[in-house]
Order: sequence, then structure tokens, then C-alpha cells
Amino acid sequence: MEIALAIAIMALGAVVLGAALGFAAIKFKVEGDPLVEKIEAILPQTQCGQCGYPGCKPYAEAIAKSGEEINKCPPGGTEGVQRLADLLGREVKPLDAVEKPKSVAIIDENTCIGCTLCIQACPVDAIVGAAKQMHTIIAPMCTGCELCLPPCPVECIRIEVIPETIDNWKWRYPVTEIKAAPMREAA
Amino acid sequence: MLMNLFKFHGGVKPPTNKTQSNALPISIAPLPSRLVVPLHQSIGGTPKPVVTAGDKVLKGQLIGEADGWISAAVHAPTSGTVSEVAMHIRPHPSGLDSLCVVIEPDGKDEWLAHGPADYPAMSPADICAYLQQHGVVGLGGAGFPTHGKLTPAPSVAMEDLIINAAECEPFITCDDLLMRERAEEIIRGTAIFRDMLKPKRVLIGVEDNKPEAIAAMQAAVNALNEPFSVVAVPALYPAGGAKQLIRVLTGKEVPGSMRSTADMGVQVFNVGTAYAAWRAIAHGEPLISRVVTVTGNVKEARNYEVLIGTPMDELLALGHPKADTDGILMGGPMMGFLVPNPQVPVVKATNCLIAHSSELFPPAPPEMPCIRCGSCARACPHELQPFEMYWFARAKNFGKTQEYNIFDCIECGCCSYVCPSHIPLVQYFRFAKSEIWAREREKNAADSAKERFEFKQLRDEREKAEKAEKLAKAAAAQAAKKAAEAAAAAAAAAAAENTESAENIDSSTASTPEVAPPALAPQGDFLRGAVDAEKEAKKFAIQAAMERAKAQREAAQVKNTDNLNAQQARDIADIEARREVIQPSTQTVDGNKT
Ligand code: SF4
Ligand code: SF4
Ligand code: SF4
Repeated sequence: MEIALAIAIMALGAVVLGAALGFAAIKFKVEGDPLVEKIEAILPQTQCGQCGYPGCKPYAEAIAKSGEEINKCPPGGTEGVQRLADLLGREVKPLDAVEKPKSVAIIDENTCIGCTLCIQACPVDAIVGAAKQMHTIIAPMCTGCELCLPPCPVECIRIEVIPETIDNWKWRYPVTEIKAAPMREAA
Repeated sequence: MLMNLFKFHGGVKPPTNKTQSNALPISIAPLPSRLVVPLHQSIGGTPKPVVTAGDKVLKGQLIGEADGWISAAVHAPTSGTVSEVAMHIRPHPSGLDSLCVVIEPDGKDEWLAHGPADYPAMSPADICAYLQQHGVVGLGGAGFPTHGKLTPAPSVAMEDLIINAAECEPFITCDDLLMRERAEEIIRGTAIFRDMLKPKRVLIGVEDNKPEAIAAMQAAVNALNEPFSVVAVPALYPAGGAKQLIRVLTGKEVPGSMRSTADMGVQVFNVGTAYAAWRAIAHGEPLISRVVTVTGNVKEARNYEVLIGTPMDELLALGHPKADTDGILMGGPMMGFLVPNPQVPVVKATNCLIAHSSELFPPAPPEMPCIRCGSCARACPHELQPFEMYWFARAKNFGKTQEYNIFDCIECGCCSYVCPSHIPLVQYFRFAKSEIWAREREKNAADSAKERFEFKQLRDEREKAEKAEKLAKAAAAQAAKKAAEAAAAAAAAAAAENTESAENIDSSTASTPEVAPPALAPQGDFLRGAVDAEKEAKKFAIQAAMERAKAQREAAQVKNTDNLNAQQARDIADIEARREVIQPSTQTVDGNKT
């Protein structure tokens, strides 16, 4: 008898709590897809398409919705993979590409013929120039995506790694040196 | 003077080691073999070089022009020839180089014509500009351009002007000697700051371990009859930190988030800065030299008046460093750093050179795990929790370090000093801070890149739509025009041929357009625009053209072209010829379409 009562109470509890949870799931349903936004915030916004998607957002959507791998963004590097793994609770995988240091494109202004092709290719409007005028790249705006390289008919654009200067220098992680213990004299 | 003093939290008392260098008077350092003057010597914009290699310069001549408001000019410390304007290593922990003007002294030390400023006639704005042009920056260490601090906050009344003469770091005595020997000029410089800021009180805070300096300053204040208070503050590191000194003298706590203490009605200047400002105003001398303590592992420690740009090894040689010297520490042992290379120049922020030896500064014992003893938190003058910040900085969990207010840390080194586990806490904090800044920069860059990318997409789409619309409109307009023309032509022809019957006229006017000018026109247009037209526009135009052609073909079938007059026959032949030209392209269009 008592056992039946206990079971009945537990069953009732289960039904009530289940109903509450079900109600909450509908009532507090999150609109939109915050995950895509969170993923996109981690991606470097280089818009280079090296992940195989036409920009950072489509890649973020693919990761969130169709389970695309998280290790396809070369500019994001290993750290990017790490942060995506942390966000998504997935396993960290080695980068599926060569990691690229931060770079900028530079136009050799003597060779530039002013064809405007690179302007059209640049996804982030980092190139200024006009038809038949010399073009130049606004270095702080360039993401180093290399998309302007192929269209240039005179191959006057090159990619250079951003050098370390006093302004962008960072303190290093304090490394604790492990010193070898002195060898004991042979007895 | 007696006054109610306050206490700041924590602090440490490391051995002061000041007696080695404060016994001898300031000596003028001899002219070095060459001077390397970095252009970027103060916080803010990098001054632009105004000299080039080969230029002759005089002592005090401008070599770098201030770039922007927060920036200060740089001058030639002696007369000579500019041998190059090039990248040289700067005294900075990174060991990286920056743009420097290298001057070969000619030995004459010949001044540019200079003289006192007409101080009473100058407006505050003039004085700010004057100090900026004379390169006066804070000499306490950070090197903030002085004129940037001389404008009172608009909303807050200026209460206290504080002259920081605490000099709390061990080993350093340059301010001590400056006060002993040049107190009067410091007080006059202070009076200038007072005139600018109009504070209620002027307090000169000196640590009580410098009785000679306090006496000299008091004497100067009395002699000049200024209402300044020289206050002896208890010697406790870091009493010379701006926020700590404010706390001790006024009891005010500066919130960590506050960017400028002027917002609290307090402004702090270093004694050396007051002196430099006075030299600039009263003698027209730009900031080209400063007092530097040479101490540590040397036989003869003392203070030197040194030209900015003097290579450190040449300066250190004056003190006869001992044989086991293995490096140069710029600044004190608590906040200083080992310079990357002994030839780096003395800059405006260099207050002390300490010859380093492993005997004087034994290498730190290995780092042990944190035992959470809390000593660091008790020592921290900013009431932070260094062990927590360390934990998260070590794990690179930077968000958490910020939650523990890592940006309030002044990197004073008290926590590292007391840590029984010998953890280089400050190094972790510096690492975390610069990492956070770098991420901030990257994040901003990424955000703006995203914004520009999205804008570009939007623009591309809009352009596409506009182009398609324009093309469609142009095609329609062309068709209408051609149709009207053809109709007019046919009407004219018909009018000429009065003999034709009414039915025939009708049929011929109807049949003339059949000859397809309207069809030709859009197709011709399409051909011309084909190179740059967008795909949709193309399709649309093709479709339209095809439909019109089809309609016309159908219309043509019912047309009677049998009994034509000579004029009509000529017209048709003409049109036939034109159609011949168009025909192949029409086929390609069809081919493209399928
Ligand atoms: S300038 Fe070239 S490399 Fe730089 S963002 Fe534009 S397309 Fe990419
Ligand atoms: S003093 Fe050192 S050991 Fe003690 S709590 Fe702080 S970091 Fe840890
Ligand atoms: S270095 Fe920073 S955390 Fe350490 S005692 Fe100084 S202010 Fe506090």
C-alpha cells in the first residue's frame, strides 16, 4: 500500500515537473540563432574564403547548422580552433591548413596600371584608387585575405607579414625554465 | 609642515640602497661620441623628423616636430651633424627598434639662439603650446606630455596640485639631488603649474628619508614666499605612485576606471618636470638633458646631468662598473627592466641606470606553485587579488583577469616582491594586459572589416539591381523610339506615294515595322552593353528582344509584300541587309540562352 502511494506521488511529481519543463521550453524559446553570432565573433572576419565558404558568416552558419568542421579557417589559426572548440564543446583538432601569420597586401605603385580590378575583388574595401590612377592599400583596413592577388593583370600586389613593432609588441608568457639537476658524483 | 596624512593599502619596504649615489653632487656628463635620439619619447604620437642625414644642427634645434596634441617635440641635445635618421634599438623591454636621429657632435656644444619666454604676456594656451614645442614631458617615468595635463577639467574645480618628489624606488636619487641643488628652480616651475591650474593647495610630497631635500625645498619655498606645503610622507614603496601619493596627501581614492586624476580635482607632476618647465620658460631651453642616477655594481655611484641620446654604456662607464657587470637595468629594481643592448640611448624617461650583476641581483629562485597565502593581496597598494589574477593569467583566461581588475594594477611589483613562492606575478600581469590589448585591437579590426564587408555586399547588390533596372528602361525607351521613327518614316513614304489604296497604306505602315528596327535596336543595345551587363539584365534583355522578334515575325506572316512600289522595295532591301548583319548575333544570343 505504502509503496503504491510512494509510486503515485513520484509519478505525479514527474508529470507536474515534465509539464512545467515542457511549458518553459515553449515559453522561453530563444529566437534567432545566437550560436551563429557567437561563432562569427570568433572568426577573424578576413572574408578570404579559404575555408571553402564565401565569407566568415556562411562558414559560421555551416558550423552551427550542418556540423561543419571547426578547423578550416587558416587566418584564425590554432587559437581560433581552440576557441571554437571551447564554445561548441567539440574536440580540438589540428588546423586543416597552414596557419598564416597576420599579413597585409602591398601594391607596387610604380607598376600599377589603374585597372580597378583589385578594388572590385577586395571584400573589405581596403583599396583606394580610380580608373587609370595609381591604387593603394589602406594597410590598417587590409585583412590580408589575398583575394586581390589573382585579378591583378600586372602582378603588382604582394603579401607581406606584418612585422613586430613597439606598438604591437606583446609581453611574452613568463616561461619558467626547467634547469637540469646537477649530476651526482659517481660514488 | 605638519598635516594630517592618510595611508594607502599594502606597500613594501625594500632596502632603499640610496646612500651609494646621493653623497656626491650632480656632475655634468662629458659629451658622448655620438647621440642617438629616439623620436618617440613620450606617450602619444611619434614626432616627425624635420632633419635629414648631413644636416648641421645646433644645440636645442628642433629635430622632431610634435605630431598631434598628445605628443612633444624633440630637439638636438648638442651641436653637430646628423649622420642618419634610421631605425635603432630603443630602451624598451621589447628590444625592438624605432626611428632615431643620430647626431655626431662637433664638440663645440653651440647653442641655437634662445631666450626667456615673455611669460606674463602668455595665455594658458600659449604656454601649453610653448611647453609642447620645448619637448617638456613628465620625467617620472611614463613620459606623458606635460602640456596635456595643464588644462583643468571643465567640470571639476582644481583642488590640489601635487608635486611628486617621493622617489620611492630603491637605488634612485636623481630627484633627491635635483631638489638639494636646484630647489629654487623647481619651486618656480611649480608656480607656473599653479598659475595654469589655479588649485586651492599646492603640496610637495617628499619621502621622509630625504631630509636634506626637504630642508632645501622648504628653504626655497620660504625664500620665494610661495604658499606651498612641503610634506614629508612616510617612506613606503610605492608612495611615489601617483594614486598612492594622492591618497597619502589628500585622502582621495582614485577609482581605477578614472583616466585622468584631473577629474577628481587633483593633478600630479614630477619634480623633474617642474624643473624642466622652468628651464623652458625662463631660459628658452628645450628638454635636452636630465639628471640620471648611475649606481648598482659600479665603483663610483653618483648622479649625472646627461644629454638625451647618450649611449647607456658610455654613461655607465663614468661610474666605473665592476668587472662582473652583466647588464644595465633602466629604472629601479622594482619596476625597471634590463635594457636589450648596452648601446641604447638615455631617453627622457630614463631616471636611473643600475649596473646589473648576479651578485647584486641574484637570479630569482624557481617559481613554485601558489600556496594562496594571500601575502600578495596584503601587499598590493591597489587592493587587488594578485593570486587570482595570476591564476587566470597563467591559464590565459583573460576575461576573468579583467573581472579581477587587472587594469588597475600599476605593475609596482610589491606582490612579486613578497611572494614566498617566487612567482613573477607582474610578468604574468603584463603578459595578460598586452594580450588583452592585442585582442581588443584584433576585435576592433575584425568588427570594422565585417562592417565594411557587409556594406560592400549591400552596395554590390544595390548596384546590380540598379543596373538591371536601367538596362530594362533603356531597352524599352530604345524600342519605343525606334518604333516611333519607323512609323514616321513609313507615314512619310505613304504620303509620298499617294496612289496607294487606303488598305495598302495601312498594311504597309503595319508591315514596315515588321522590317524590325524595333527588334534590331534592343538587340544592338544588348550587344554594346553585353560586356558589362549583369546576367539578369542580359537575360531580361534577351527575353524581351526574342519576344518582340517573335511577335514581329508572326505579324510579318500576315503582311502583304507583293505589290510594292520602288520606294518600298528599296526600304525592304535595306532592312534585309541590316538583318543579315544582325542574324548571326541573334543566333549566338539564342545559343547562349539555351
Ligand atoms: S587589399 Fe587585398 S589582401 Fe587586403 S583585404 Fe583587400 S583583397 Fe584582401
Ligand atoms: S604571495 Fe604568492 S604564494 Fe602567496 S597567494 Fe600570492 S601568489 Fe600565491
Ligand atoms: S604589481 Fe599590481 S597586483 Fe602586484 S602589488 Fe602592484 S598593483 Fe598590486
